[in-house]
This record gives sequence, C-alpha cells and structure tokens, in this order.
Amino acid sequence: MTAAHLRKPPGTDSTIPAPEEEGTVPRRRQEIMKWNGWGYSDSRFFLNEKDQVKFTGRRYSLSGAIIPGLKGWMESTFGADILHKISPAPALNSSAVQSPILYEAFLVELKSTGIPFSYDAEDRVFRAHGHCLHEIFALREGKIGRVPDIVVWPDCHNNVVKIVELACKHDVCLIPYGGGTNVSRALECPPEETRSIVSLDTSQMNRILWIDEKNLTARVEAGIIGQDLERLLDQRGFCVGHEPDSLEFSSLGGWVATRSSGMKKNIYGNIEDLVVHMKMVTPQGIIEKGFQGPRMSTGPDIHHFIMGSEGTLGVITEVTMKIRPKPEFKKYGSVVFPNFEMGVACLREIARQRCAPASIRLMDNEQFKLGYAMKPQASSVFTSFLNGLKQFYITKFKGFDPTRLCVATLLLEGNREKVLQHERQIYGIAAKFGGLAAGEENGQRGYMLTFFIAYLRDLAMDYYVIAESFETSVPWDRVLDICRNVKACIVQKCKEKGVKFPPFASCRVAQTYDTGACVYFYFGFNYRGLSSPVQVYEQVEHAAREEILANGGSLSHHHGVGKIRKEWMRETVSDVGMGMLKSVKDYVDPNNIFGSRNLL
Amino acid sequence: MTNTYRNSVRPGLEDEGAFVDLLGEKRRYSDLGLAFRTFSPQPYKGAPPCSAAELNKTVLESQYLRYVAKEIAMETGSTVEKVRDEACGILEEMSQNLQLGFIRLMGCTLNKVFKRLFRSIFVNTEGLNRLQQAVQENPVILMPNHRSYIDFLVISYALFIYDIPIPVIAAGIPLAGMKIVGEILRRSGAFFIRRAIGSDKLYWAVLSEYVHTIVRTGYAPVEFYVEGLRSRTLKSLPPKLGMMHMVLEPFFKGEVFDITLVPISISYDRVLEESLLVHELLGVPKPKESTSGLLKASRVLQEDYGTMHVNFGSPLSVRELCEGKINLRQYNLIPRDLPQKPSAEAQACVSWLAHLMVRTQEEGSLISPWSLMACLLLQAPAPVLTEEGLPWHHLTEKTLWLRKLALDFGAHLNWPGQMSDSDVMSSAVALHRSSVHLKGGRVCLIREGEPDKKRPLTPEEGVIRTAAAVLMLASYRNQSIHTFVRPAVLAMALHVTKSTQEEELFSFFCFLQEVFSYEFIFIPSRSSQDFEEACSRLKKCGAVHLSEQEVTASEQGQEVLSFLRELLKPFIDSYQLMFRCLCEERVDMFSEKQFQSALQSAAIKLILSGELHTYEVLSAAMQKNFLSMLRRLEAVTESRVSDHSEYKVNTAVVRKTKDILSGKIPPERRHATPDARL
Repeated sequence: MTAAHLRKPPGTDSTIPAPEEEGTVPRRRQEIMKWNGWGYSDSRFFLNEKDQVKFTGRRYSLSGAIIPGLKGWMESTFGADILHKISPAPALNSSAVQSPILYEAFLVELKSTGIPFSYDAEDRVFRAHGHCLHEIFALREGKIGRVPDIVVWPDCHNNVVKIVELACKHDVCLIPYGGGTNVSRALECPPEETRSIVSLDTSQMNRILWIDEKNLTARVEAGIIGQDLERLLDQRGFCVGHEPDSLEFSSLGGWVATRSSGMKKNIYGNIEDLVVHMKMVTPQGIIEKGFQGPRMSTGPDIHHFIMGSEGTLGVITEVTMKIRPKPEFKKYGSVVFPNFEMGVACLREIARQRCAPASIRLMDNEQFKLGYAMKPQASSVFTSFLNGLKQFYITKFKGFDPTRLCVATLLLEGNREKVLQHERQIYGIAAKFGGLAAGEENGQRGYMLTFFIAYLRDLAMDYYVIAESFETSVPWDRVLDICRNVKACIVQKCKEKGVKFPPFASCRVAQTYDTGACVYFYFGFNYRGLSSPVQVYEQVEHAAREEILANGGSLSHHHGVGKIRKEWMRETVSDVGMGMLKSVKDYVDPNNIFGSRNLL
Repeated sequence: MTNTYRNSVRPGLEDEGAFVDLLGEKRRYSDLGLAFRTFSPQPYKGAPPCSAAELNKTVLESQYLRYVAKEIAMETGSTVEKVRDEACGILEEMSQNLQLGFIRLMGCTLNKVFKRLFRSIFVNTEGLNRLQQAVQENPVILMPNHRSYIDFLVISYALFIYDIPIPVIAAGIPLAGMKIVGEILRRSGAFFIRRAIGSDKLYWAVLSEYVHTIVRTGYAPVEFYVEGLRSRTLKSLPPKLGMMHMVLEPFFKGEVFDITLVPISISYDRVLEESLLVHELLGVPKPKESTSGLLKASRVLQEDYGTMHVNFGSPLSVRELCEGKINLRQYNLIPRDLPQKPSAEAQACVSWLAHLMVRTQEEGSLISPWSLMACLLLQAPAPVLTEEGLPWHHLTEKTLWLRKLALDFGAHLNWPGQMSDSDVMSSAVALHRSSVHLKGGRVCLIREGEPDKKRPLTPEEGVIRTAAAVLMLASYRNQSIHTFVRPAVLAMALHVTKSTQEEELFSFFCFLQEVFSYEFIFIPSRSSQDFEEACSRLKKCGAVHLSEQEVTASEQGQEVLSFLRELLKPFIDSYQLMFRCLCEERVDMFSEKQFQSALQSAAIKLILSGELHTYEVLSAAMQKNFLSMLRRLEAVTESRVSDHSEYKVNTAVVRKTKDILSGKIPPERRHATPDARL
C-alpha cells in the first residue's frame, strides 16, 4: 500500500478522508483480464503434460495447485474427453469489429471536457458483453456483434453529469458499464439501436470519499469493485459485508442497478438494506434524497426506482453505504445430510428459529461431488488418510448413501465466543435432521467453489461442455419441488433436443429467508454432436425458467432481468406494474438516452 | 402361446407387439407356483419404500388435514381432537392395506378361477414392458375401462405376473362391507370411497389428501375407473371428474414433475354379469354386494366366457398433454396446503383429459366378431328376430362386410386367424347361446323364461321380455359402436339435412354430438377434428366424395350410409319419443320416476301398435342420459324436493331441440374452426 495523497474532504469534521489508491481494474481491462473468458488473464485451469488439471497464476489459494479429481469428474459427469478439445480464437481480430458510429459534434465537445475516451476495437468489445454463455461462446468463436462505438471513463460525479448532458444534447445512446459480470444480456447493445452508443465505464470512479465512524457509513463512488471496497475499508478496520459471488469484479453501481444480494446477507443485509443514500445522474437531472435518516415515511421510496433500474434510467455515481467494524472471528463449517430433503428441512428450521449464520448454503449431491472433485492434491499422506477415514465414517459407518448425501456449508462471523456458541446451536439443530458436522475444510471449499466456477466453465468449454447458472427465490413449501422439477425439466429438455450426453443439473439453496429461500442452479452439458449448441442451450434454459415460474419461483432473486428475462416481466409485475415502471422511464428518460433496453 | 393371428387380419398392427395368453402354455403356472413366484418389481425411483401404516400417518399429519380439521372444528363448535378422530375413522374405513402375502394368495386363487372362466386372457407384453419402465420414472395412474367386477382383479393379476408394482385401487364402499372379501380386497390394495361425498368436507379432505399422498410419494400406481361406474350398457360412460382431478392435482401444484396415465382397455367376449345388466337396465335394481351373493354367483363359474383381452395402452405424460392447456402459475399465490376450488380452466383441462382417456380406452379395445354380428342383428325388426330369425348365410356375409368396414375405420379386431371365418362366427354364436340360437340355417333371438302356459303373459309383459333380449344384444353392439359413431353421426346429418354443404352438415354434426353427449364419448371442443375424421373415414370406404366445402354421398356408398344410419336409429327414435313425452306432459314438475313410468307406458303402447320399432327407449340408462342432456342444454331445471330431484320443463327449448333433431328447423350455425387451446 502506498501512502496516498489525501483528497479534499467534502464532508464535515466528523468525516475522515479516506486514502486514495489505484483501483484493481485499469482503464484498459485487457491488460489484466481475459477478453473471451472469466477473470484474470494469468489465472485459468489447464490440463498439464501429465493430464492433470492445474490452476495457474498466483492470485488465489488454488493457484499453482493440481486438482487431481477434476478431470475424472468432468469425464464422468459430462462425458468430456481430452481427445475432443476445441480451442478458442487466440486473439481478438479487430477487423471483425464494425467501425464505430461517431458523431463529430459530440466528439468535439467530449474532447473539450478532457474526459478520457476511446474507440479502440478492443476497448469496445470488452464492454459489449456480460458473461452469459452465448456471449462467451461467440467471443471464443471470434464472433463479434454490435458493440459500443465509444468508451468513456469519467472519474467523478461531475464528469458523469457532463457526459449525460452531452449525450442528451447530441442524442447519443448511453450504456453504463460497471464490472461487466452480468448474466442477463444487460450489456448487449440492442441491435435495433442506430444511434452512436457510448459505453460509460465507471471503473475509474473508485474512491471512498469519506468514512463516517459515528454513524457507521461510508460515501463511495459507484464504480468501485467489491474487492477494492472491502480492501480499502479493511485498512480502516471496517467492512461492508456485501459479498456476491462476483465480488472480485462487480461494482457497487452494478450491485445497486441489479438489486444484488450478498452471501453474508444474514448479517449485513442485501443491497437494499445497505444503501443509505445515493445519487444518480439522469437525463432529467440528478435524483437523490435530501436526508440520510435510517428510514423515512415519505411516499414510495425513490431508492427503489434506482435499485434494479439496470441502467435504463441513469448512472449511479455515489453511494453512502452502511459499514460495520471488521468481525473479530470468522469460522467455516459444514454439515453432511443423508439426503437433500433432510437438508432443506434443516435449513427451514434454522430460518424458523431465525438463527442462520452469516451464510448457510445447502448443496445437492451433484454439487457436493463437484466440490469434492475440486479438492487440491493432498499435502501429506496423513491428510489423505484422514480424508479416507472421514469418508468411511460417513458412508459406511453412518450408512449415508454417497449418491444421495448432500452438504451444507456454513460461515459464521462475529465475537469468538458467540460464534462458537452459535456453531454448537446450528450443529444441534442439524443433528435433529440427521446432519453430521463435517469440518471446516469442506465448508471453506464449498465457498471457494463459487469463485472458481466461472474459471471452470472456461476449462469445460475447451472440451465441448457449455454451462451456466441461474437462480430464483421461492417460498419454503416449494423449495424441494422446484429443485426436483427444474432439474427433471433440464434433463428431459436436453433429451428432447438431442443432447447426446446426460446433462449436469445441480442446485443449491443459497440463501434462507423467513418465508422462503434463494435457489441457485448450475446446468451444463456436453454438446458434441449438436449442430447449434447455443440454440439448444437457450431453449433448455428457457424451459427451465418456465418451469421455475410454474413452480412458484420468482423471475430472479439477484441476477436481474436484463434482456434475457424481459419476456416474463409483465406477468411478474402485472400490467399496472409495467405501466408504472414505463411511466417512470418515460418521465426520467423520454428520449431513451439510456437505451440498453433492459428490464421493460 | 403367442397370439399372432392378428397379423393376417390387420397388416398394420405388427409393430404394436403381440398379445400373450396369461393362461397359455408358456405362462401357465400351477396355482401354488404362482403364489410363491419371486415378485420383484422395480419401484418408483423417487420413493423410499413406505408401509400402509406410515402412509396413513403421513396423511393424518399433513398440513392440509390439520388446516381443514381446524376449520371444521371452528365451524361446528367441536374440538380439533374430535374432528381429527373422525378423520382417523374415515381414513381407517378408506385405506388399503396392500400386502404381498395377500397378493400371492389372490394370485393363487385368481389363477384357479380365471382358468375356469376363460379360455385365454390375452395381454399385450409391449404395453406391460412400457408400463414397467414408466412406473420407475413417474407416478403412474392406471385407467382401465369398467365392464365387469373382475376388471381390476385381472389387471393386478397381470401386473403380479409381470413384476410390476401392484396398484392401489379406488373401489366403491359397498365392497368394503362384504365379509372377508372386503378385507381381502383391502389387503390386495383396494381403498374404499363412499358414494355421494360432495358435501362432506372432512371426507373430501381425507380422501383427496390420501390420494395426493399416494401420488406424491409414488407409493404405488393408482388405479381407478374414470367412468366412475361399471357400464351396464357396455358402452363407455362419460368420465367422472372428481377422482381424475384428485390424481392430477399433485402435478398441477408442482408436487411431482410429471404423472403418467396408462389407459387400459379390457375387452370381454362375454361379460360375467351379462344377465344382471339387462335386469338393471329394465329397472330391477342391482343386488347389494354381499359375500353370500358372490357365492350364489358361483354358478357363473360353470360357464364359458371365451377370451378376454387386456390392452395396456401407451403411457401418456400429463405434462405433455397439458402443455398450453393450463397455466400452472395460477397455483402460485395460494398456499398449496389450503383447500381451494379448481378454476374453470383447471376443470376444463381435467374434463378434456378424462374424455381423452376414455376415447383412448375405446380405441384400444378389441372388437369381437359377436359385437359386429350384434350390430347387424339389431337392424332387423325385433319380431322377425324373435320369430323366424335371420338367414345365417345372410348374417355371415354381412358380418364379413362389416369386418372390413370396421378395419377401414381403424378398429382393432379380435378375429382369430387360425380358424375359418365361418367357424369364427359359429363359435361366437355358440358362446352366446343364451342370447341366440342357430337352427335350420336361421339365427333367432332367445327370450328368457318360456311363458307359463297357465298364466300367459300380458302383451306388456311380452314387450318387456323381448326388450330384455334386445337390450342384451344392444349391449354387445355397444362394444363396437364407438368405431362407427362419428361416421354414423355424419351419415345421419347427411340424411336429415339433405344437404351437401360442409357448414350445414357440420352444424348438424355438432348438434347431434351435443344431444348424444351422454350416449357417446366426444372429446370437448374437438368437434372439428371429429367431423374431419368422420369425413375421411367415409371417404376411405368410398361412401362419400369430398370436395371444397362439400360432402356428397356416393352411389356405391348407400350400403355403408344406411348401415350407419340404422345403427344410430334406435337412439334417434328413442330420443324423439322422449321429447314427445315431455311435450305432452301436462304437469309442471316431474320426478325422474314419474318421467320413467310415463315413458314406459307410452313406449309399450307404441311398440304394441307397431309405431315404435326400438326397445332401447325402455333402457334406464338411456332415460338417464336423456335427462342429463336436458339438464345440460338447460331444457329442464332441476330442483331438490326432499330426497329426490324434480324437473321443470322449459318447453320452448325442448320443442326447438326436438324440431332440430327431426330436421324441421336448422341448428345453430357452427364453423369448423379447431379450438386452438383444447
């Protein structure tokens, strides 16, 4: 960490100026990140000369490790075969990118503001997609569709105001860009858009403006990405505690714009619980509340027009977040259940007693096996012996069926004593549902899985396997049914569509609430022998979403609607609801400057 | 013994797989051998095995029953405990107690009995193999047609032999009351349902939760008769929807991914209950089910009932069938454990599915030579039949002609190929020697009970005596009438409207479907397809020419068309008479009984005077169907008076319907546009 020069504090005496530091993500994302896959360029899975899966780089705990079980898992789960490899296009072919639509007058005025911008092909392609399967698939094949024409990098609220004003003046389409991690086609440029499209990259608005220790809030620029936010706050002894799985790359503004949810929401809350105040720049001007009180009875909460607006109304520039002192103690844990039904019953009981730890997730048998396959090579003979013993105890001694058992992973945070007491309480409840405590390591690995799953997809795609995740929220009484039916639907649809290998359909109960749960699905299949795999994939995903809705699940718990789920919005919010949302859009942005066409 | 004869009759059928005789050589078990055979069915994948007692416990502890019990306690001022005790009692009365030991005992007994009753019991192995696969994948509902008390026994027997899980079977409560037999049935998987439960909230709750739990857990396949009752006319009955809705609800509510429906068509050469049927139809009530009654029926064991066919249809996915017909999201906003009335959409969907199943049963049934002969015999005037009889060679010739027509219409025949055609027909007559006898080259209808010389029958009694014989014959005709009914309705439309315009014909076609909606099974909202089917079948056999917007009878088609018209004639004539009776009725209100007795005397008078040629109007079943139709058309309004229903006639509607039927005024115009949803 460098000694940062101090920014002029905008606040009062009780606020402390925060140190400024370079953000993790540079303007030229391509310097550190893949153009056609997930995450850092230096971090990926690959098959080494001994045909073992290895993870490269130095950034992660898994970096440099050999994962001996993974190849076998891929072979047995997907029928993947090392002889059938399909390599992606090695580099972006700039000539495949259509030349930008540029408005001379707009450019001249933009230049005069001094805000950096670019119409370099690579810059533009980087901001034209999220991480939907079909987006990555197309990039790997070197296929590029409509991309933004210009990328601009404002570095503060005022710059955003200038850009939006110019865009309105010259009728330019704006699409805000945060971390680019969406899986809802939110960044896809509408093909029917004929105006010049400007991608407004917020990544350089990444400072913590102030920290208010008395009220435990922090004012943060909305372009900051999760890992930077937590790192910077950590230096001051605080945290926000908002940890979506995309935490490494997704931005605060993106969280707000999609109504994101964090793994540890049981302690810290979801994004709507964390935002105290925020500012959004719209074509009509700036929207913000005049106070920062903890709650107001002042008509419908205007924050709720901003949260979930998915870039259709304006750019979120600054957010005041709740912060908390860093937890004193953190502990992972895990519980093995004889079957998924018992696991769900246990989670429901924990929710009923309102004693859920920071995080509790229940993985089904398929995901348990994946988690198991992700185990790095045992460091000593002793640990591998110990693992064998554990396995023996659970399957032979306790009689758990290895094809049915499932595991819940736990994360507890807080005061050491209380955490330990809480842990005992959880294990006590779990025991009533046949659950056996299965150690910290299994728990930790379960959470690790979520950070590697996207890297894993890139490896899978090298071997003809395509996969993605989707999620929903559902009342407690339907959790089991939705899990079973959606998985069955995926299997049946794949068969119907001619997929030659049995698909991987897996789920976990990722969050618990008083009245229901968030369920997260992984789905993938080996597409060897299919002529249009992406089309098949999308048909199956569509059927799965229909199945979710037929089973009382929501359209989305935290991924958002984007364009991929637009068709179901009307039935989700009713005609009148649609009308309300539309009228807000019509007032705030009558000329559709924010023309991503998400949501509505 | 593989029954391969069918290939020679129907070249298109090989792929459906052969029928195998359960009583035949390969499959012949000694009674005890059968009882002790290893029975190892593949269970449903999702379900851990569960005992009958555990099942009952799950039902009693269900959220649904708790909720309803609380509700009832509040309403009646009783305590929840008392209501729950009552529920417990209902469940005890209702529940099955499926036990393998009893299945074995049953297997042993049935093996003995069936071998005595039947020459062969043919089952299609292909269908059984498909079923075996299906039970592992989804909860399965077995849906046989219902023609005999022994229907479900035969099915369980076949499943036992083929290592398929034994179903639990919905049975009427009177069976439970029989000593020993009730208990045996219970232990063989029967569960018992009271009749007329509509208003009993607790009973309804216990029953539906019981059925739901069985389906949801995949405890066992559920078997029930969608027709609700044993058909006394051997014609399919319009489906009852209560049970159908109950078994489908777990799918509607997303509690199971899919449900598999397996239609089963049971076809008898001769039904065990044939002599009972006619008595019931003529108003002699059916004997109460009792064990001693059953023992008395043991003389039934002395008779030959020929062969029977059990055709296990292709498993049908409810999920696939219902796609686009019902929006399951309607169940999302109400807790699934709470009682709720099915929506109109759900009811329509259930009704459509139920009708479809009955139609599928019809299509899967095998038509016996005797049924074809009965069709033809009934077209001769009754006095001719009973007195001089029909020339045998004439009948056999016509039967062969009809066989071809039936095949053209897509029927499955049970026409043994290894015998000469004439042997087939004479053995059919021999099997039905209680109905007809063949003497001096002529076939005569036998009337039961020779008249006592001391007390000659009154003419009225004579009519009833003939009616009994005719109705019995009509019942066998009914076994195949579904094959002909759609073309026959079209033939009748051609005849009555004297038109060739498709639209006019279609309008009359729909009208007849509506009038006869309780006589024959027409799938709701499928008139267009039915009409097209009728046209193409008549075209196939050369009876009509089709052109743009026109249907014209052909010269050479007169034989077919007149046969088809004659087939429907008893129904048309009977309905006309009933309409007439209603119009002439002076009283404002009448009960079903009053209507029946007025009708009966009018009908007998007309038969004796030679004005009415059909005896079928005397059938209680037809009279009931007629009343149901009137209710549906709102030609009568029903009101409850103490313990029975009274009807008030809407004379205008009755007259109008009557006049349309006789062709005096045209029916409401319909356009042949297939309904997109149903």
